[in-house]
Amino acid sequence: MSNHGGFFRTFYANPLAIAGTVVVGLLLFVAVAAPLIAPYDPQAIDTWHILEAPSAAHWLGTDALGRDCLSRLVYGARISLLVGFVAVGIATLTGTLLGAVAGYYGGRIDWLIMRLVDIMLCFPTIFLIMAVIAFLQPSIWNIMAVIGLTGWMGVARLVRAEFLSLRKRDFVLAARISGASDFRIAIFHILPNALAPVLVSATLGVGGAILTESALSFLGIGVQPPVPSWGNMLTEGKDNLEIAWWLSVYPGLAILVTVLGYNLLGEGLRDALDPRTRGRK
Amino acid sequence: MNIFLYFIKRLLGLVPTFIGITLISFLVMHLAPGEPMSIQADFNPKMTPEMRQRLRAQYGLDKPLYIQYLKWIKGLAALDLGKSFAPDRRPVWDKIRERLPVTLLINFISLLIVLLIAVPLGVSAAVRQGSIYDHVTTILVFIAYAAPAFWIALLLMLYFGVELGWLPISGVHSLMGYEQMSWWQKVIDWCKHLVLPVFVSSVGGLAGLSRYTRSSMLEVMRQDFITTARAKGVPEHEVIYRHALRNALLPLITILGLSLPGMIGGSVIFESIFAIPGVGQLMWSSVMARDYPVLMGNLVIVALLTLLGNLMADMGYAVADPRIRSGVQSDE
Repeated sequence: MSNHGGFFRTFYANPLAIAGTVVVGLLLFVAVAAPLIAPYDPQAIDTWHILEAPSAAHWLGTDALGRDCLSRLVYGARISLLVGFVAVGIATLTGTLLGAVAGYYGGRIDWLIMRLVDIMLCFPTIFLIMAVIAFLQPSIWNIMAVIGLTGWMGVARLVRAEFLSLRKRDFVLAARISGASDFRIAIFHILPNALAPVLVSATLGVGGAILTESALSFLGIGVQPPVPSWGNMLTEGKDNLEIAWWLSVYPGLAILVTVLGYNLLGEGLRDALDPRTRGRK
Repeated sequence: MNIFLYFIKRLLGLVPTFIGITLISFLVMHLAPGEPMSIQADFNPKMTPEMRQRLRAQYGLDKPLYIQYLKWIKGLAALDLGKSFAPDRRPVWDKIRERLPVTLLINFISLLIVLLIAVPLGVSAAVRQGSIYDHVTTILVFIAYAAPAFWIALLLMLYFGVELGWLPISGVHSLMGYEQMSWWQKVIDWCKHLVLPVFVSSVGGLAGLSRYTRSSMLEVMRQDFITTARAKGVPEHEVIYRHALRNALLPLITILGLSLPGMIGGSVIFESIFAIPGVGQLMWSSVMARDYPVLMGNLVIVALLTLLGNLMADMGYAVADPRIRSGVQSDE
């Protein structure tokens, strides 16, 4: 890992990557410090102040139950990030495991796992998720599991390709001759080489998972009210489209900025980690 | 290898995938907790155990799983996907068939628009790499890629539908007076209704594809044969449009094939927002109503369509790139 200098130099020279890092950092802060930042209780119903336009008391207005939108938005960040991280964690672990097994052993196991990837890629992810959700209660935990278990295919392909190209190299052979077990070779000798692309795809994956969660919650099959999620806040926006524009604008903006942040960070990491693109620009 | 043999080989290669698709669709429906019957039965206080048993037999749920699967596959071959659980009890295939055209139409128009805009956008950004134009388009593309489609739809409805009142915000044609319109009025009416849905379904693909075109183009421009072409004095525009572009566009064929499920998946979103009676909306309503036969039918039909799309993309690639069909490159 002697190329750290090159990594940081490329990363810092990329203003979009820096912007992404700042957004991601700020969001983490907002999510963690939500009780300190939110001016009101996000679930507190106030029937005297329903559907009020943004004002000094309620910066982003109130919803149909008189709840403060800014507070709900702040708490919504927790949901989005939680779903993003856990779903991507599940997807990355599953994909790495299956990709490593396929690439390391090759042959029939590889064929089987890659056919599974092909099959999974034929289903529109949202259809698959909806089909599973139809059987389970749509809760935040089920949503995370289902998004994770339908999003591992890309990682599996990445890791498999890396394993295929590395398993016949001299350093792997050397490890094997010195008596290392398959497990040890895979985890300590080959996997570290595949970490860079996995990290990039995981970062981009967080943005994707947040988008999926918000779409599901918007459709009413994701995070259920009264728990505030940016997606289900937009459902209220749609229901009150003609009378309360602020309900439709801000939660979407929050999703956009968050996903943009993760995508910029991911692309920045990709450019900085790839020796071929590093140094150009 | 000749192209016909290549085609046969690819076709045979899809058989396991086909079996897998049907198997997964089937298992998803049957292994999940709460069997299809329980919803109807649980809400009916007059349901006795004997009635429940009879209903199970009527749906074939008392047979072993593999028999049910084989029966279902046999039906699938004849496009018999069973009957809906909805009170109308109509065949699933009829429900899907009447909704498929509008979904395919919208996706097809979006695909055309995406291709016509994304490719020139990506190429022009790649050619001017590092310029202000490149930076601005890159940022716009990133924003378009991160914006949730349903939010864009909401904003458009808010602005063009509610604020300006220019465009209708639901359905595929007017409800009032549609029958009295002449055919060209009907066409205009349809177009007005489809503007927003088509726009919404294009945004994501537009961003993704132009980004892809740009990086694919940059990748090709970096290769030796481009340097050679320049060195021997080929004019720059010819280097770009004849030598580079052709090679850069090859992978797009595969990308288009792979993006098919995503596009159809997106239908769920814009169809349920704009109240368009397509398969996406059917999927959504069958999830809400727990109409499992419709759900399963939808899942398998869409996956098979995707499989077909991928096969076509494969063939397109083989026609466009002789290296593929001669087997110079390996499968994966």
